Order: sequence, then structure tokens, then C-alpha cells
Amino acid sequence: MLTEKTGGIKSLLFGGLVTFLRICLFKVIATGPIPEHIAFIMDGNRRYAKKHNFAEGSGHKAGYSSLVSMLGHCYELGVKYVTVYAFSIDNFKRRPDIVKFLMDLMLEKIELLLGEEGLVNQYGLRIYFIGNLKLLSEPVRAAVEKVMKATENNKRAVLLVCMPYTSTDEIVHAVKQSCENKRREIQTPVATKLANGASEGVEVMMELRKLANINLVDVEKHMYMGVAPDPDILIRSSGETRLSNFLLWQTANCPLYSPAALWPELDIRHLVWAVLNFQRSYPYLEKKKQKKISE
Amino acid sequence: MLSLRLPIPSESVLASVMQRPPRFLNARNQTHLFCSPTLSEPKALQSSTPQATAADVVTREEEEELNDGTTPPEEELPEGLRRELMPKHVAVIMDGNGRWARQRGLPPGAGHRAGVESLKALVELCWRWEIRVLTVFAFSYDNWIRPKVEVEFLMSLFENVIQSELDKFAREGIRISVIGDWSRLPESLQALIRDAEEKTRKHSRLQLIVAVSYSGKYDVVQACKSIANKVKDGIVQVDDIDEGLIEQELETNCTEFPYPDLLIRTSGELRVSNFLLWQLAYTELFFAPDLWPDFGKDEFVEALVSFQERQRRYGGRK
Repeated sequence: MLTEKTGGIKSLLFGGLVTFLRICLFKVIATGPIPEHIAFIMDGNRRYAKKHNFAEGSGHKAGYSSLVSMLGHCYELGVKYVTVYAFSIDNFKRRPDIVKFLMDLMLEKIELLLGEEGLVNQYGLRIYFIGNLKLLSEPVRAAVEKVMKATENNKRAVLLVCMPYTSTDEIVHAVKQSCENKRREIQTPVATKLANGASEGVEVMMELRKLANINLVDVEKHMYMGVAPDPDILIRSSGETRLSNFLLWQTANCPLYSPAALWPELDIRHLVWAVLNFQRSYPYLEKKKQKKISE
Repeated sequence: MLSLRLPIPSESVLASVMQRPPRFLNARNQTHLFCSPTLSEPKALQSSTPQATAADVVTREEEEELNDGTTPPEEELPEGLRRELMPKHVAVIMDGNGRWARQRGLPPGAGHRAGVESLKALVELCWRWEIRVLTVFAFSYDNWIRPKVEVEFLMSLFENVIQSELDKFAREGIRISVIGDWSRLPESLQALIRDAEEKTRKHSRLQLIVAVSYSGKYDVVQACKSIANKVKDGIVQVDDIDEGLIEQELETNCTEFPYPDLLIRTSGELRVSNFLLWQLAYTELFFAPDLWPDFGKDEFVEALVSFQERQRRYGGRK
């Protein structure tokens, strides 16, 4: 029992040392610019389970633990927005039992988020669920709305969970909304003009033409991701270098990293590497951003 | 890569080829975390001539074996490539001309001219290996903020290249299309492009899409505008707007294969820079550390080998 106790003290001390070193490392990195927004594609859970001969579901559970610790690192470092690709609309194509398992897992974890020990309280998180929420089943949808409502007054940091999401769906939705809004905007002045006795024809057409222009800002206004700035870094685990229909619009000028590690294996050194490289290309990207704004 | 059909190469050629370590074997497991400056600089600083010699030897040898007719026989692909896994549509961000010129103490114009040679070589390879569409990012909408001198130089370079290559395209069955916001291009260039597009419209062996004054976001917005106009005119209902409709309105509707299978970006930068955003949803990305004028046949083969090793799942399971 004495050895157990000393064993317990040893691991506590070791844990404390690791935390202290991590805080020191983050303080050093924070002398340079810190990305405001990091996005993750959490790929490789199933391959992780296969690699270690676990049952398939354990890969996703390990993935969730990895997510919690990665979020902790990001918020400790001072990142304000973190976006994760939890479930793609394309993933509905998988076997129905797998889809159900994933949805149940997400339901369980979503409810944990709000608990005493949960991330929300630890980091003062505001949580958004991004995507076509109408595709979710009733219980999941209800849980998602509950979490969004419960955290809407938190201001310290933001977590955006994309489920179920694809970028093309987001853009289609934004286009539809822009068309709808423009149509409503046009109808009012036209109707007013007609009521005031303006003749149809040239005057009305000119008014229509002026208002009917849809611009970049109109489309961006209606994007689901409009609640956050564009990501500064996109990290996809498991070594695949593709976007898989994630944040296509928002990553136009965003550095992309694809470490070979599977999602449950991703840890602090990959995050540090990504941030250091962000700092390396920061002056160039900032200059580009400033030039565009001044144009 | 040396084909078995070649005569035994001379020592100098062998030496220059051996200088390059075989990187593509590790491409799949490579940590693409970053391309460190130390990794990419030495390679680029090696003068391009020895590598060009090796590539030239290979190209010339293969050309001699071709018939004189316009339709060459089916060409044997380099070792390691499988015909059934070749991409139909390859997109390239041709980055690094400026840096290439700076490293040699040359003006940026020299870098762009070297870049044109690289592009011509790539078009030739795609044509031979029966890739159906090649899209290249020649000039971004964001590049208009570059110095006026450089922009004017690039515009006249485009004009010269189109004029000099048009006959070759006509002979070899290459269709040229230009996407982007033409309105900002000089009048003479616009006329030349219209003419080139018209002359090559019926060609079908290879389609070369050149993105000039192009921005991925602008492409989506213009698609959105034309859909909005259709809604206004009652041709389309708001509820009918879906991904297929947007795809039809994007500028890549000029081709049968609007979505690239493989995107290559040279010079080691790891970003997409506002190129073909919608179309890249499921594209495999390959980031090459070489600067664009140094990107030749070997580097292209490396990218293709990496592409052929990937498992494309489109969100499903294997």
C-alpha cells in the first residue's frame, strides 16, 4: 500500500511538472502572433481502432478524448475560435448502424459538455452547431439547440462543431437566402412605387436593377460560419491532403497542414508545430490581408 | 525515371539524376506539417540545368519514337503509374516564379518566362498521357495589386504565348478556355482570347483551362448572381436551387470534368489561395516544394504516384 501511495504521489508530481512545462512552452510561443481561429478535420478514428485491434466504436471514443485535450491546449494557448468537422453530410452514406452509433455518441458527449466538469464551464465556451441541422434526428436536434441556448452568453472562447455539414451545402443555403432576401428587398420599393402612381417600365426596371445586385457581402452574410472569422490554420489528421468539402469558402488563404498522425494520436507537438509555422508565414499573410482591405 | 528503352545514359546524366533522392516512396507517410526552408532551398539552388538535361534527354528520346502524325500511339506511362488510376482533371497553382528569379539574381520577368517553359512541358505531358483537363492558375484576381510593371509584363507575356502556341493547339487537338474576370484585361488580350477559344472550341483531346484574373469566391458569387437573375425572371424557383444548379453556373461549366482530381501547388506553400474553392471539395491536394520553373516531368510523376496511392472515400467507408 505504501508503494501504491508513493506511486500515486509520483504520478501527481509528474503530472504537475508536465503541466508546468506546457504552460511555460505556451508562454514562449505566445510572444509571437497566436492564431485567432484553428479548424480541425478529425480524420483517422477507425484506422486507429484497427491499428490497435480495438472494436470500431473505441476509435471514435478515443477520438473524443483527443478532441477534449486538443481543445484544452488551444484555449490555454489563447486561441479564441476552434472549429471541428464532426460529421459530414456525406457520412450519412455510411452503414445505418454506424451512423446511429455516431449520433448516439455525439448525443452523449454533447450532454457531457454542459456538466460541471465540462469544457463549457472550464473555458467559458460559447458553442455553435454549424450545418444543416434539419438533417439531424429529433433527440440530437433538441440537445444541440439546448446547448446553443445555454451557452449563448459566454464570451471567453468559441467552439464551432460542424455537424452535419458540407461546404457546398452551406454555399447553396447562403445563395438561397440571398435570393430570398433580395427578392423581399426589391418587392417593397417596387410595390411602394406602384402604389404612388409610378408608371411601370423604365423607372421600376432601374430600381430593380440597382437592388438586384448580389455581392460578396450578401453571400457571406448568410453563411453558417458567418459567426466566426475565417480560420487561420486548418489541420487535417491522418495524412490525407484534401478538404473533403469542409470550409472551402473560408480557407481560401488559409495554411493547410496534414500531419500523418491519426486523430487520436494528434497531440500538443503537432499543434505547436502548426502554430510555429503560422508565425513564420504570418507577416506575409497579414500584408496580403491589409493590401486587400486598402484596395 | 529512366525508361528501359533508352540507351545507356552518359555519366553526367546519371550523376544529375542520382542527385535527387527518391522522395515519392515516402510521399504517403510524409508529415506535410511544413516544408522547411532548409529542405526546399538547396533543391532550388541546384541550377536547373542538370535536371533539365535529364528531362530533355528523356523527352527527346521519346519524341523520336513517336510517329509524325498528329495522333501519337498510346504512350507507355512511366514506371510506377497505372493507366486506370490516372486523374481526368489536374489543376496546378504555378507558384514560385518570382522566387526562382530572385535566387538567380534575375528580374521577375525571367522567372515568369521560365515558368512558361515549364507550363509548355506540362501541357505536353498531359496531352501524351491522356489527361483530359488541365487547369492552371495563371493570374489571380488578388494579383492585380502587384506592381504595375509586373502586371503589364504578365499581360503581354500571355498575349505572346497565346499567339505563338495557337497553331500548335490547333494541330494537336487542344482546346483552350479562359476563366476569370475578363473585364480587367487589356482589350487586345480579350480579343485574342475570344479568337483562340473560338478556333479551338471543337477540340477534344486535352482541354487547357487558364485561370486569369480568377478568384474562387468571385466564381461562386457570379454563379449566385446568374441564379438570382433566373429566379427574378421566374425561370427557376428558390426551392430548386441546389448544388447541381450552382455547378452549372460556375465558370468551369465549359468542361465535361469540372472537378479536379488532383491539385498541385508548387513552391512549398501550403494553401489554396482562392483558387477553385467549390470545385476542390474532394480534390486530392499535393504540395510540391520545388519552385514552378523547376517543376518538371519527375516532379509531376511524383505527384501522380502520390495521387494513385490515395484512397478516395468521398465521406463513405472503404
